[in-house]
Amino acid sequence: MFKIVSKRNLGVNVNEYVIDAPAVARNARPGQFVILRVEEKGERVPFTICDANRIMGTVTILVQTVGATTRKLAALKEGDYIPTFVGPLGNPTELSHYNGVLLIAGGIGSAVIYPQAKVLYGIGKPADVILGARTKDLVMYKRELSAYAKKLYVMTDDGSDGEQGFVTQKLKELLEGGARYEMVMAVGPLGMMKAVCEVTKQYNIPTTVSMNSVMVDGTGMCGGCRLTVGGKTRYACVDGPEFDGHLVDFDEAMARASFYKNIEKDHLCKLREAGNEN
Amino acid sequence: MKINRGERLSPIEQDPQVRRGNFYEVNKGFTPEMAIEEAERCLNCKDPKCVKGCPVNVNIPTFVRQIADGEFAEAAKTIKATNNLPAICGRVCPQEEQCEKQCVRAKAGGAVAIGALERFAADYALQKGEPQEPPKPRNGMRVAVVGSGPAGLTCAADCAKEGFEVTIFEAFHKAGGVLVYGIPEFRLPKSLVQAEIDKLKELGVTIVLDTVIGRTFTLEELCREYDAVFLGTGAGLPMFLNIKGENLSGVYTANEYLTRVNLMQAYLKDAATPVITGEKVVVVGGGNVAMDAARTALRMGAGKVTVVYRRSMEELPARKEEVENAIEEGIEMMLLTNPVEILGDKKVEGIKCNKMQLGQPDERGRATPIPVEGSEFVINCDQVIIAIGTSPNPLLAKSAKNLKTSPKGTIIINENGETSIENVYAGGDAVIGAATVILAMGAGKKAAASIVKKLRGKHGS
Repeated sequence: MFKIVSKRNLGVNVNEYVIDAPAVARNARPGQFVILRVEEKGERVPFTICDANRIMGTVTILVQTVGATTRKLAALKEGDYIPTFVGPLGNPTELSHYNGVLLIAGGIGSAVIYPQAKVLYGIGKPADVILGARTKDLVMYKRELSAYAKKLYVMTDDGSDGEQGFVTQKLKELLEGGARYEMVMAVGPLGMMKAVCEVTKQYNIPTTVSMNSVMVDGTGMCGGCRLTVGGKTRYACVDGPEFDGHLVDFDEAMARASFYKNIEKDHLCKLREAGNEN
Repeated sequence: MKINRGERLSPIEQDPQVRRGNFYEVNKGFTPEMAIEEAERCLNCKDPKCVKGCPVNVNIPTFVRQIADGEFAEAAKTIKATNNLPAICGRVCPQEEQCEKQCVRAKAGGAVAIGALERFAADYALQKGEPQEPPKPRNGMRVAVVGSGPAGLTCAADCAKEGFEVTIFEAFHKAGGVLVYGIPEFRLPKSLVQAEIDKLKELGVTIVLDTVIGRTFTLEELCREYDAVFLGTGAGLPMFLNIKGENLSGVYTANEYLTRVNLMQAYLKDAATPVITGEKVVVVGGGNVAMDAARTALRMGAGKVTVVYRRSMEELPARKEEVENAIEEGIEMMLLTNPVEILGDKKVEGIKCNKMQLGQPDERGRATPIPVEGSEFVINCDQVIIAIGTSPNPLLAKSAKNLKTSPKGTIIINENGETSIENVYAGGDAVIGAATVILAMGAGKKAAASIVKKLRGKHGS
């Protein structure tokens, strides 16, 4: 069992959890993820490691309440336990050899770029950061990231925070204004990552994206998380989760991501009927 | 000694029309009367060929005779002397390819139902709750076992009995490996696997779940902490056909489909894990896993299930009982058929196949299937499950550079079961590629014997 050391609400439906998991914290590196279960009959769901503290033996994750599992997790409190928290899984991503990195996050994608921003700051190469969200309340980790970013830009669809518009608008503006990046890392909804890649491709800037596919085991066993990268089938869990965004088949990934949508809705309806909603 | 000259008895089975709608065990086994009657069919040969057909050399004539004499508990003890998991093997071993294939009664009323008798004795002992012998006193040495499938469980039990402090590391949240994520409830009740795991715990074995060796801990770290390590990591990586359309929504690997249904219990109404079962399901492959996937899909509510296999019934590798059961349940077997493309726009709409004919035998002696020119046709379906085999998971080997593996990814071992790293042993599917429970158990047993011998020698006791 893994204890929830702290839980902090970061917005309308996003929580930050610090989990007591020394074995996971010990080897965790930026880019890797964990799989957790909320209860004995629970589903296995992957979450990117946002932060890890080896001394305290804790791992931090950001969770947006979107489905049955995250809803149940949202109902848990500090001091509660979850039965499974396994990791670190996937491959770490190393950006330290690039001079000039732009990190772009949509929504809780902040969780993935945060450890990278921290590392880059630590080696004296702080990255520029663009955060995007529908509205102010969904801009995640702004304060945390501002401590490590060279420049931080916030874009919201409704203009309630930062500037109004999409992250791609800011990206284009920066590139047209003469900003030079050796690497762009974009993390967020598939549509957003696809749009970023379309822009960076025009400018020939290598771009890394993080694929949070549906998976069961996280060790290469089920093949559920497979995607096409450069015409080849790859697994998000063991070959990724981060890939060259210019080679990812986003349309296929979007079709696969929506496979369980109807079932998920059905589950939520049952939960609501049962009055378990929190 | 009474000899029954009659025909081979079949165990009691759930009615096909009923069982295709539930997950209860299909085969209900023998009653004591049936077991005795069947056991009396054994001729007690002077040179028992059946024993040679058994990968772990169970003393078959002795235990069959004990059943005939009504000494069921004794029979179970005889089996357990060489087979740690008889209740499981009695259910999942390909007996018709092993012990029963060698039986001289094969031509006289059918081979003695050795598998069903093994199961009977093992179930009897389990129900009786016969206490197991306590392990030898702890010798102060520690063994780590990676993976809790048949190889790992066997190695752990044998080492623990000899007084070693054993820890099993399992990546999943439940122990049992393929016995819990792969083989369905209707063929191997999970309560049986749990009973075996509980017995291991009684022997003092610690099971650490949710731990991926190669990620959470490295092999190097285990080597520092333990006197010996056994790698029973299995063959968990699914193979693909490498044809167009394989990444469409609605294409599952059998591994994923079965894991969702078995381990994640998606067959229960209150399970959180979703699984989607189509109306028309095509399963590709001819092994036990293909049969398991097809029969599971039927039980999950598929309207029609078709198994597509590229060779003929004769080459079909699944256990005979499973194939017969599948057909009885209404699964269509489309033989000499090979998929060339999965059709659909985002979602599966059909599968394009070639008719095949058999050509020259390949290096394993199996006839090579050759496409019949111009024979392409389409099977309409909304789901495809690929069950064409698995290979060892490279995750651990990748993280342990000095662990030697073959080009196929299997771990290389010497005659003692030891890998290229000293005191690191391996066995089961991780070494030989996807095979059977009994072979994995045999390998776990052999490695345990080597570990015991080597570590004892080292400590001079």
